[in-house]
Amino acid sequence: MAYGAAFNPHAEHPASDSHAAHPTGLRRWLFSTNHKDIGTLYLALAIVGMLIGGTFSILMRINLQSPGHHLFSDGQAYNVIVTGHGLIMIFFVIMPALIGGFGNWFVPLMIGAPDMAFPRMNNLSFWFTAGGMCLLLLSTQMEGAPGANGVGAGWTLYAPFSTLGHPGPAVDFGILALHTAGAGSILGAINFITTILNMRAPGMTLHRMPLFVWSELVTAFLLLLSLPVLAGAITMLLTDRNFGTTFYDPAGGGDPILYQHLFWFFGHPEVYIMILPAFGIVSQVISTFSRKPIFGYLGMAYAMVSIAVIGFVVWAHHMFTAGLSLDTQRYFTAATMVIAVPTGVKIFSWIATMWGGSIRLHAPMLWAIGFLFLFTVGGVTGVVLANAGVDHVLHNTYYVVAHFHYVLSLGAVFGILCGWYYWFPKMTGYVIPDWMGKTHFWFAFIGSNVTFFPMHFLGLAGMPRHYFDYPDAYAHWHFVASIGSYIFAAGMIFFFFANLYAYFIRKQPAGNNPWGAGATTLEWTLSSPPPFHQYEVLPRITGGDH
Amino acid sequence: MADAHAKHHDYHLVDPSPWPLVGAISAFLGAVGAIMWMHSLSIGGMRCGPYIAGVGAIGIIYTMISWWSDVIHEAQDLHLHTRVVQLHHRYGMMMFIASEVMFFVAWFWAFFDSSLFTGDQIDYARAAFTGGVWPPKGVEPFDPWHLPLLNTLILLTSGTTVTWAHHALLHDDRQGLKMGLWLTILLGATFTCVQAYEYSHAEFGFKGNIYGATFFMATGFHGFHVIIGTIFLIVCLLRAYRGDFTPKQHLGFEFAAWYWHFVDVVWLFLFAAIYVWGTGGGAAVHGG
Repeated sequence: MAYGAAFNPHAEHPASDSHAAHPTGLRRWLFSTNHKDIGTLYLALAIVGMLIGGTFSILMRINLQSPGHHLFSDGQAYNVIVTGHGLIMIFFVIMPALIGGFGNWFVPLMIGAPDMAFPRMNNLSFWFTAGGMCLLLLSTQMEGAPGANGVGAGWTLYAPFSTLGHPGPAVDFGILALHTAGAGSILGAINFITTILNMRAPGMTLHRMPLFVWSELVTAFLLLLSLPVLAGAITMLLTDRNFGTTFYDPAGGGDPILYQHLFWFFGHPEVYIMILPAFGIVSQVISTFSRKPIFGYLGMAYAMVSIAVIGFVVWAHHMFTAGLSLDTQRYFTAATMVIAVPTGVKIFSWIATMWGGSIRLHAPMLWAIGFLFLFTVGGVTGVVLANAGVDHVLHNTYYVVAHFHYVLSLGAVFGILCGWYYWFPKMTGYVIPDWMGKTHFWFAFIGSNVTFFPMHFLGLAGMPRHYFDYPDAYAHWHFVASIGSYIFAAGMIFFFFANLYAYFIRKQPAGNNPWGAGATTLEWTLSSPPPFHQYEVLPRITGGDH
Repeated sequence: MADAHAKHHDYHLVDPSPWPLVGAISAFLGAVGAIMWMHSLSIGGMRCGPYIAGVGAIGIIYTMISWWSDVIHEAQDLHLHTRVVQLHHRYGMMMFIASEVMFFVAWFWAFFDSSLFTGDQIDYARAAFTGGVWPPKGVEPFDPWHLPLLNTLILLTSGTTVTWAHHALLHDDRQGLKMGLWLTILLGATFTCVQAYEYSHAEFGFKGNIYGATFFMATGFHGFHVIIGTIFLIVCLLRAYRGDFTPKQHLGFEFAAWYWHFVDVVWLFLFAAIYVWGTGGGAAVHGG
């Protein structure tokens, strides 16, 4: 994609930066209507979430390092940490970082728009997310199961454990946390779709949009259509808990499996909500550092569309052991495997993009290649689990834990960090030394593989999820996994220091485009950081094809 | 407004606004208060749940009034709603309604899950409760051809009156606009009253049985949306008296009408599925 020739960023009106529209202090951050500031707020929230959720995961690994319980007095306390880790990482780290953070920052920049379509609603999305996070954190201080604090029902909040098993108010805090954060996400989705469909600069046709923008568009549709179903599901959970309804209680003619259907009708699109923006980031980075347009651009875009469409009709593969009829299991097995096709299109197109490119292994590119490798491992174990017959053995074992951490912890999180190192110069105006990003990468790559690869072995050997103690037979690989998590954590600590060093001490200016000729998208035509309101003269996209 | 003299595009760069933060804090307080209320929790011995929830609710209403007043001010007085900004709003409203449709999918899913699968072998506890039939044994449902049919006619009529108001507005017939809106609002209020009357004569409760749970949840959320739609139309009527809306620009009115049609269509599905099909066309009404 060759843009830019027709666009001169210096043509902006000089008055724009001294004008009253440039608020400062609390007014700037609390009442913001600026997509870049709101994106920064989202990223800050994601970092706070990552500290909390990451600490939770280290607590789990300390406890599981050897047989016998070390940290937690009982299984409920452990399960509260598991639940908190899952909910925080999904709703208050990955989604705010990939959609609220990078989406807000770079969708308008990449399509040549001055801001989002609904700047005020954008801020409401953020504060709803923050309010939801507060509610979730409050839940840990409330009674859940009798005599114990917090929600221990897992991120899925399955009835009846979340109803009869948790009579205290903690689960209600969890439910309303999801309602609040979900409302924020729905409003955000509306904002993204409107922005992308309506605010593309002249010449920026849909088929010229950078793949990151495509990924956010598809993600927004998934959010818009799946989150309201979750809202309905957990509203019925709320009335079952507090108003005596029997939606999920067979004693009153209800059905706990109904909750599972409704939850996973949301939950499965949700996993694509978490991974598609990472796909988008990786596409930009691989293209940039191979100094080639992405291979098979249209195929890449429509592969995401088809992943999203098929993603709506595979939900019950999460429920193979719940008593579904054989025909149902056959259908969901087949439909799930179909998703491997568009996903394969993406993996092979990324590889083909690198093929024959002049590859530069800067830090973001390392993260992108790491993503490719790890996501492929997670995708392949996903195909294994898609088989209902196999899943009957592996359901609720560490094999599943390994699978979804390869696609999320190693897929989505590597995508986030890839984006972070790629766009840090654009967002802050400063360069992070390349060796720091690479050092962090190796800590993370080795640490996460040492953590999660042994979990395949544990799962195949029968180690179940959500247990805080285990027989000696599993001790070896649990020990290895714990060591891996400490390596990853050391990398994260290094990451925070690297950022502080780059931003507060080293302060090496990045210039408009630190990545050179491969970085062809519009954000690299702007200053770093970009002006408070960019594109006061809209760029005109003349360049052509991919 | 944000630097009108610096920008060379038709987008609306909105000024910083306190309402998102105020609204989110209010929603947070509403949630905390509601939970304290439901669980009779107290702070320092005082059961303040209802008060906290009340503060939250007032905050949300205050936010909505202030926020939308700002929007109307920006549109009418500052002329910031250019063609493309109006298009933004249309897209936004369409997608909001799409998300509402998916919200109702959850209630219909619960209804069909329980009414189609009343007694699979595997669901023995459910089969014991329902007797393998829908409506479950011992439940006396409403006759669909009585009040529900009346309400269907009321809502369909209100769909025509709101269209009358719209066409009057397009022809700059202010009297017709007000008349159509008045009628629509009255029909909407009548629907709500009839629904409340019907609820008060229900032979089944919300609690303890799946029939009442699915019935009241689906029709209740619909009724709630009717009330919201009626308020939306009342706001439009007040604005019509104030002289707002032109034949060329009246997004607020259009969105109220869209919303009203959405509520109308949802009712048709509720009527067809829950009232008519769910009672075997009324055959199940008298212990059938």
